[in-house]
Amino acid sequence: MENMKLKLRIWRQGGKYPKGQFVEYPLDGVNDHMSFLEMLDVLNEKLISQKEDPIAFEHDCREGICGTCSLVINGYPHGPMQQTTACQLHMRNFRDGETITIEPWRSRAFPIVKDLVVNRDAFDRIIQAGGYISIDTGQAQDGNAIPIEKDQASHAFDAATCIGCGACVAACPNASAMLFLGAKVSHLAQVPQGKVEAETRVQRMVHQHDVEGFGQCSNITACEAECPKGISVEHIARLNRQYIASTIGSEKVAN
Amino acid sequence: MTSWFAKFLTSSIGKKVIMSLTGLFLISFLLVHLLGNLQLILAQDQGQTFNEYAYFMTHNPVIKFLSYGLYAFILIHAIQGLLLAYNNRKARGDQRYAVKVDRTAGASKSSIYMGSLGTVILIFIVIHMAQFWLQMKLGNTEMVVYDEEPVKDLYTLVAAVYQNIGFVIFYVVAMIFIAFHLWHGFQSAWQTLGLNHKKYTPLIKAVGYVYSVLIPLGFAAIPVIMFLRQQ
Ligand code: HEM
Ligand code: SF4
Ligand code: FES
Repeated sequence: MENMKLKLRIWRQGGKYPKGQFVEYPLDGVNDHMSFLEMLDVLNEKLISQKEDPIAFEHDCREGICGTCSLVINGYPHGPMQQTTACQLHMRNFRDGETITIEPWRSRAFPIVKDLVVNRDAFDRIIQAGGYISIDTGQAQDGNAIPIEKDQASHAFDAATCIGCGACVAACPNASAMLFLGAKVSHLAQVPQGKVEAETRVQRMVHQHDVEGFGQCSNITACEAECPKGISVEHIARLNRQYIASTIGSEKVAN
Repeated sequence: MTSWFAKFLTSSIGKKVIMSLTGLFLISFLLVHLLGNLQLILAQDQGQTFNEYAYFMTHNPVIKFLSYGLYAFILIHAIQGLLLAYNNRKARGDQRYAVKVDRTAGASKSSIYMGSLGTVILIFIVIHMAQFWLQMKLGNTEMVVYDEEPVKDLYTLVAAVYQNIGFVIFYVVAMIFIAFHLWHGFQSAWQTLGLNHKKYTPLIKAVGYVYSVLIPLGFAAIPVIMFLRQQ
């Protein structure tokens, strides 16, 4: 369809503290081949030409790999299509004349910067707490010299597909970041290079998760349903196992 | 310096481990409690079997010790659960979503309402204990004599309560809340402990669904059958 008419209900907020509110924008001439972000670009072009403040939203790769786009569309983080980022969502999934509500990620740990942009530094601090390998793992050919079963490598790679977007937090009724945390811990715990520091890593990363003010996991699995990469809550179970084994069973006391 | 163990218990995973272990203990208690109570309807002897069972349960030192553990575990589970629910609500921030959806991947919708389901169950437990346990402790029960041994007649007290259709409905409804709580809780407890396994998880889920229907159904049958028999 060449000319869709939409009514957009978008959250506008000047900064972290001023109160925000929904503003309605009618938009004509939307092509159903457009991506959701291109549709917002059209709206912003229109707002700029009318000398109005364009809508702030985040995006970078627009090909579903960077994890920057972050829109709650009609209640669904990244929109109603499963395993799809907002940038890979297309307007053919919406009806002509539809009202679309767009909100930012809502979490105490992700304060609003402006409109639909939130500050996700909390995720960076969780990674800084231990989401890395600090031992010398050698050159690329050394990686190939370390034996690892294909199945296990694939499991680790499943976890590694997490793009750190934060949709799991946005979707979780408890605003918990356990799926992100689980993916990061589980990824490194399953490869030989990561196992070396696994015990300290899990304690430090869980601690940082809690310090940031994310909620606790009730095993609701809304995170898995909305994760654009389909990360499974199986990784949360591995995180829990690792954490219990490390704090109770090992001699390590991190933090 | 807090100890490593205190840090564990107050971490977001530790708090859930407390919920899981106390919840699993309560699950095993429910089975024992049901098997005992079924004597209310199975033994048709004006309550002698049931009263003697109640006498045993309140006088055996091992069971008395376990019962204090049970009271503590209910309290810990309820307080920790309510704190979690409060904390999790706060984690969303002041502004909530305008459009609410509840899509989940593997868990039932019960998982979203564990705090509310638990609150109703807590109110039920308080009323239930005030009705039977407290009356017995205060000595408000008649005595009956079996083999020259005076025994508290808890059966008659229970039968009197279940003559009231209002209480029968209250008990049945409370069991529905427990069923929904367990529908999610049973499987969730194992996931919390890290047990998510291709070989065992399907079995845990199946046992959990059967358990969370059969046990509350068994409990609900007691007031209903006792009510009908007294008509
Ligand atoms: C019949 C008694 C009860 C049984 C057998 C029971 C069992 C369970 C089980 C097995 C879980 C799952 C734990 C986990 O996910 O690791 C659970 C969770 C929960 N229970 Fe109970 N429970 C009972 C009563 C209560 C009461 C009285 C409350 C009080 C408010 C309560 C509040 C909660 C909450 C809030 C959760 C969810 C915790 C979370 O995942 O964030 N429960 N329960
Ligand atoms: S687990 Fe999924 S939803 Fe959460 S940050 Fe990673 S990719 Fe995004
Ligand atoms: S903009 Fe990179 S994933 Fe959407």
